[in-house]
Amino acid sequence: MSDQSFWQPHRLILMALATAIVLTMALNMDWSWLPAYRADILDAIWITSALLVSSIVAGFLLAVPIGLVQVTGPRPLAWLAYGFCTLIRGTPILLQMWVLYYGLGSLFPYIPELRQSWLWPYLIEAWPYAFVALTLSFAGYEGEVMRGAFKGVPHGELEAAEAIGMHPFTILRRIWLPRAIQRVLPTLGGEFILQLKATPLVATIAVVDIYAIFGRIRQETFITYEPLLMLALIYLMLAGCIAFLFRLLENKLPSRG
Amino acid sequence: MATNYREMSAAELLALEPPGWGGALLDGLAISLQVAVLGYLIGILIGLGGAVLKRSGGPITRDLMGLYTTLVRAIPELVLILLAYFAMPELINQMLSGFGFERIEINGFVAGVVVIGFVQGAYATEVLRGAMGAVPVGHIEAAQSFGMHPLRIFARITVPEMLPSALPGLSNLWLIATKDTALLAVVGFTELTLAARQAAGATKQYFLFLLAAGALYLIITLLSGWIFRLIENRVNRGAHHV
Repeated sequence: MSDQSFWQPHRLILMALATAIVLTMALNMDWSWLPAYRADILDAIWITSALLVSSIVAGFLLAVPIGLVQVTGPRPLAWLAYGFCTLIRGTPILLQMWVLYYGLGSLFPYIPELRQSWLWPYLIEAWPYAFVALTLSFAGYEGEVMRGAFKGVPHGELEAAEAIGMHPFTILRRIWLPRAIQRVLPTLGGEFILQLKATPLVATIAVVDIYAIFGRIRQETFITYEPLLMLALIYLMLAGCIAFLFRLLENKLPSRG
Repeated sequence: MATNYREMSAAELLALEPPGWGGALLDGLAISLQVAVLGYLIGILIGLGGAVLKRSGGPITRDLMGLYTTLVRAIPELVLILLAYFAMPELINQMLSGFGFERIEINGFVAGVVVIGFVQGAYATEVLRGAMGAVPVGHIEAAQSFGMHPLRIFARITVPEMLPSALPGLSNLWLIATKDTALLAVVGFTELTLAARQAAGATKQYFLFLLAAGALYLIITLLSGWIFRLIENRVNRGAHHV
């Protein structure tokens, strides 16, 4: 879309209308609670972002082997990876999180070895469960995408590399993986936003993210609309930032010819 | 008097009759499916309307539809559920009492169907818009030249011809609808996930009941995948496979 087609007269009117609505809301609604919670909200935005980025990085690192073994791996491994993807994609992520936190979490205290180990201080916190659940979920969905991407790399390129005597691992590192990642990059922005939309679920297992902090605000101030609108606005802005960053990234990277 | 769940086996705990909790889980499953089916159907209706508007509406309707799909795809479903559950009833009742009507009660079921339909509608708009673009213009023009009514063209030509390209997206949306019903657990609506957690809380068998609920979701997913494949095969019969 070029800039000229964007600034059409009806758009200007719609924008003026939208600005008017936002201004009326800003001036006429009750935002007096906002300064008191500013620091808490900023902390919460930081927690959500940290969970989002870390779970995507870890999930993607898991998704690469999950996708790869489904294309070339030995049968049992391929079946295992396929089963994992089906399991993750076939059940709600809220349930997965609860299985980890309430289910596994309730079994851990019965294992004495675990209580003495260095892991124990982490296992009694909530965020590791949130991180693991978000990571596994992303790995499940992205593993399926990576499977398609590995499969979609033209055979000729791999055969050419084989023909000049490249080691299989070098082929993977220098040709197969970069080509597959190049194929999934355009969809990654959308996956990022889907993952952002999954993060508020961590509030159900007592991680204080953006969603949780606004739950507290609503309880403490008894205000119905304003915190909910602010909450939606913050997620909207985060999604906007992600979309903008990926737009920049796509322009920077060479497109596949 | 309290039942001693500690001495019951997994089979006894999952039994359909109380003191087993299997019946409660199946009730939850039935409610989840009802919300999912209603929300999905509403979503497809919104999607059909939205796709037509986006393709042939004026610039303003197109922009408004674009705003709708963008907003829904950027705001978490959980936040939309809060809005539908806490803000929407307030707003509706304020309007109703403003016009002198009686207040109405909006329960979790209605709010759930509304949210899932609203979210599905945004995604369905995109799926169906793309599929409608795949219908050859010549077919529509041929029907028009016969003097067919636009609604009849839509029902007889557009819909059947777009189904093959729309079905993969639609089956994906159905799976999302069934999984999104779990989010209603957060506002205390007893569907499958919350039923499982209530059973788990009462018996202290968290792992067993949450896994049982997961198995039920998985059965629904696999079964739906199979049914959608059958439908796809039927819709695609006679088509050339590329």
